[in-house]
Amino acid sequence: MEGLDDIVEEFLVESHENLDQLDQDLVALEQDPRSRDRLSSIFRTIHTIKGTSGFLAFNRLEEVAHVGENLLSRLRDGALDLTPSRTSALLMMTDIIRALLAAIEATGGEGTVEVAETVAVLATALEDVPAPAAEAAVVEAAVLAEAEAVVAAESAVEAAEVDKPAAKRAPAKRASRAKAAVPSPAPVPAMETVAAPVAPAPVAEAPPSPPVAPPPAVAAPAAPLAPEPGTAEAGPKARGVADSTIRVDVDLLDNLMLLVGELVLTRNQIVQYVGRQNDQDLIRASQRLNLIASELQESAMKTRMQPIDHIWSKLPRVVRDLGLQLQKNIRLEMEGKDTELDKTLLEAVKDPLTHLVRNSVDHGIESTADRVAAGKSPEGVLTLRSRHESGQVVVEVADDGAGIDPARIGAKAVEKGLITADSLTRMGPQDLLQLIFAPGFSTAAAVTNVSGRGVGMDVVKTNIEGIGGTIEVESTVGRGTCMRLRIPLTLAIVPALTIECAGDRYAIPQISLQELVALDAEKASAAVEEVGGASVYRLRGELLPLVRLADVLGLPSDRHDGHVVIAVLRSEGRRFGLVVDRVINTEEIVVKAVSSVLKAIGLYSGATVLGDGAVALILDVQALARRALRAESADRQETRTAITSAVAAQERQRMLLAAIGGGRRVAIPLDTVTRLEQVRSDTVERVGSREVVQYRGAILPIVRLDRHLGAFGNDDRETLEVIVYADHGRSVAIVVEEILDIVDGEASVHSDIDDLGLLGSAVIGDRVTELLDVRAAILAADPAFYNPLPGMPGTDSFAALEGAGSHLMEV
Amino acid sequence: MSTATETRTVPVTSQLATFWLDGDLYGVEVEHVQEVLRSQSITRVPLAPPAVAGLINLRGQVVTAIELRERLGRPARPAGEQPVVIVVRLHGEAVSLLVDSIADVVDVNVRDFEAPPDTLDGSARELIRGAYKLAGQLLLSLDVNRAVGT
Repeated sequence: MEGLDDIVEEFLVESHENLDQLDQDLVALEQDPRSRDRLSSIFRTIHTIKGTSGFLAFNRLEEVAHVGENLLSRLRDGALDLTPSRTSALLMMTDIIRALLAAIEATGGEGTVEVAETVAVLATALEDVPAPAAEAAVVEAAVLAEAEAVVAAESAVEAAEVDKPAAKRAPAKRASRAKAAVPSPAPVPAMETVAAPVAPAPVAEAPPSPPVAPPPAVAAPAAPLAPEPGTAEAGPKARGVADSTIRVDVDLLDNLMLLVGELVLTRNQIVQYVGRQNDQDLIRASQRLNLIASELQESAMKTRMQPIDHIWSKLPRVVRDLGLQLQKNIRLEMEGKDTELDKTLLEAVKDPLTHLVRNSVDHGIESTADRVAAGKSPEGVLTLRSRHESGQVVVEVADDGAGIDPARIGAKAVEKGLITADSLTRMGPQDLLQLIFAPGFSTAAAVTNVSGRGVGMDVVKTNIEGIGGTIEVESTVGRGTCMRLRIPLTLAIVPALTIECAGDRYAIPQISLQELVALDAEKASAAVEEVGGASVYRLRGELLPLVRLADVLGLPSDRHDGHVVIAVLRSEGRRFGLVVDRVINTEEIVVKAVSSVLKAIGLYSGATVLGDGAVALILDVQALARRALRAESADRQETRTAITSAVAAQERQRMLLAAIGGGRRVAIPLDTVTRLEQVRSDTVERVGSREVVQYRGAILPIVRLDRHLGAFGNDDRETLEVIVYADHGRSVAIVVEEILDIVDGEASVHSDIDDLGLLGSAVIGDRVTELLDVRAAILAADPAFYNPLPGMPGTDSFAALEGAGSHLMEV
Repeated sequence: MSTATETRTVPVTSQLATFWLDGDLYGVEVEHVQEVLRSQSITRVPLAPPAVAGLINLRGQVVTAIELRERLGRPARPAGEQPVVIVVRLHGEAVSLLVDSIADVVDVNVRDFEAPPDTLDGSARELIRGAYKLAGQLLLSLDVNRAVGT
């Protein structure tokens, strides 16, 4: 089946289902030849097949379906009566369609299935004069039983020659036996006769008078190819398209997901209780439970996953039509079509995404004349990108158009009364850009019929936030605009950071979390500064506004030792630091709705039950940001203005800088880093020739970057700085000497001087820094890392153990 | 929520689940009551209306707990006294009420019913349909829909 496009596969599945229905309908129709409903249903099925096959360039299939459709449309309109011969002709048509579908499934093409005869039969049936000979032949065929459909059909054309059918009966019968044994069609290139594809059962029961049995024979997938026993053996290996998928009610999946969510919660609880026990058997059992629950959760989630292409596939048309209408020349590029996300979420982002695309075409990309005048290529490029990034799906709609001018936005907002002229002077470009999401804002100078259809950017934003996602806008005047959606993978279960404030625990969805900063009392007093009555923290040179959660909640903080723990959160393209009392851990939480009374407070997006059974509120980061950052002071804005314009100029990648000893520095793309940890070196153990460490209930293979890259590091240190990289349930730890910084690695000054394990080097922060080949480093630690996990883990690297001496390192 | 006609209609006989609150006996229709729980840990919700005592975990379901003393304008429960949680189901959703202690299920007849006494003050008056005159005791009939409509 590989090699088949998704679209073809879908077509096959759908057509198989439809054909089964068609057989039933046709037979039932004989009982009630005037049933318009049935005729219409049959007509629709054939019409769909015709349309799709034409689209997919299956010409013979289209030809048959076309003639069949003509016949059906005349039957439906009452221009023709349904005679047994016509029914036979239609059944013959369904059989030949099946044969064609089987050939397509097996070989990807229509194979050698001949359709001319069927087309002729159908054409004959189209003629208004009922041929008495054909009628007679049908009756005769009915008496003959079994595979005589061929006879009926053929005699309709050839006026009942007797010898021929007899000769053909044998292969046809063999074919039907082969069918019973091997439901899956085997790829057979040569068809012996056209006769073979005719399914025996329905026609045998076709004569007008006898009662029609419900179609058990029809249900058996007719595999009309395969008359040769030899090839039939090859059949069972590949599951047919129709048998390999099953349609399931989405509600059922929702329910399943809900139950899995509950199971995950219970698992968390049990794992926590068992952590306090010493019973080895219990611990082992709970670890199995842990693994199975995770796998189950993943599988259940996968049942609901669909590639984003499902909604993207409609966009080329949208762009083309709009481009024509607006007389713009636009090329649409798509990257990451295969990125999967939850079906519900997919549905939810469909309209916002379409809106963003329309917006880009309408307002983003300039007219051809303007582009040429601006020295750009006359062809505008609209790029859709999607990828998975730290447990989220990132979808970008980027254009190389005129960009959004913050000044124009500001002026417009003042004009519309959304902000005052006074506050305008205090707003930086990034904040001005955010105004496009304000309700009642539309930048379109004139409301065209393209945009201005009652769906504004505010609705887009509300919709995206409604599913727990975020939207950001980046724009450079003259260079283009990029809208970036961040969407959780699934709605039901989200990874979250649990924190403590004033004695209560709260959950913060990881989607908004960027990093954690812990400052001891001494450092805090120096690093946390007051600017115009608001406290800020210098995070790598950038001023980070701080919001004290305790103040927001109106509770007294119970942290009195002067330590400051900051969760750096991102909301609407802005960053702020949420000061909490303590960070507890990260946990997968199941989101529960809270009553509208509590929702109206505007601080909580929901609640969840934690591992120990306690209820914790989920903080609504967007609302928190809005509430806390309402009045930002002007000088802070200026700082950020400088920074945003600096970073907006370059598509950038964030890099983790680490020293590996010998004065060498490597940069590791941050998006490949799952976690930073410290591990005591005496917890490192050996398995064979490899070093491992116990970590969160699993065995974590270690690669020492200094040795891997041939540097000479200091081996006798008490704690190891490790960078944990995890993917698909596997993790490896990369040991470095010291974590230095996280930088925006402008792709400047690259050099190709590479060495084993390196991708090259670049100048970052005035120093030559080596770019780590992460894949090679990971493979050095765990050669099987990129292999698919075996069906049931637990055999390879998981063993009973307690928490390794590691703790959450706060950078 | 429900309309006045709905809430003011009193069937001839009905069963009320009764409970004590600050020395008075109250009752709610038995069919609304899902279950009664003791010693539940309650997660407070900062900035919520005062009558919202917090959230409780009802077998994995997160349920809002309403402090009925606050709703009825009574003084707060003395420190050290654990409230009893009555889980009621309204329009398919569970809400819980915090009361002092639970009492019997009582059959009441509309004959004994009387409109709320005029002396009842503002906030409580809205939530109480009236009183059933039982032997030696007044039973105040609580309008659950209004009581949870914080």
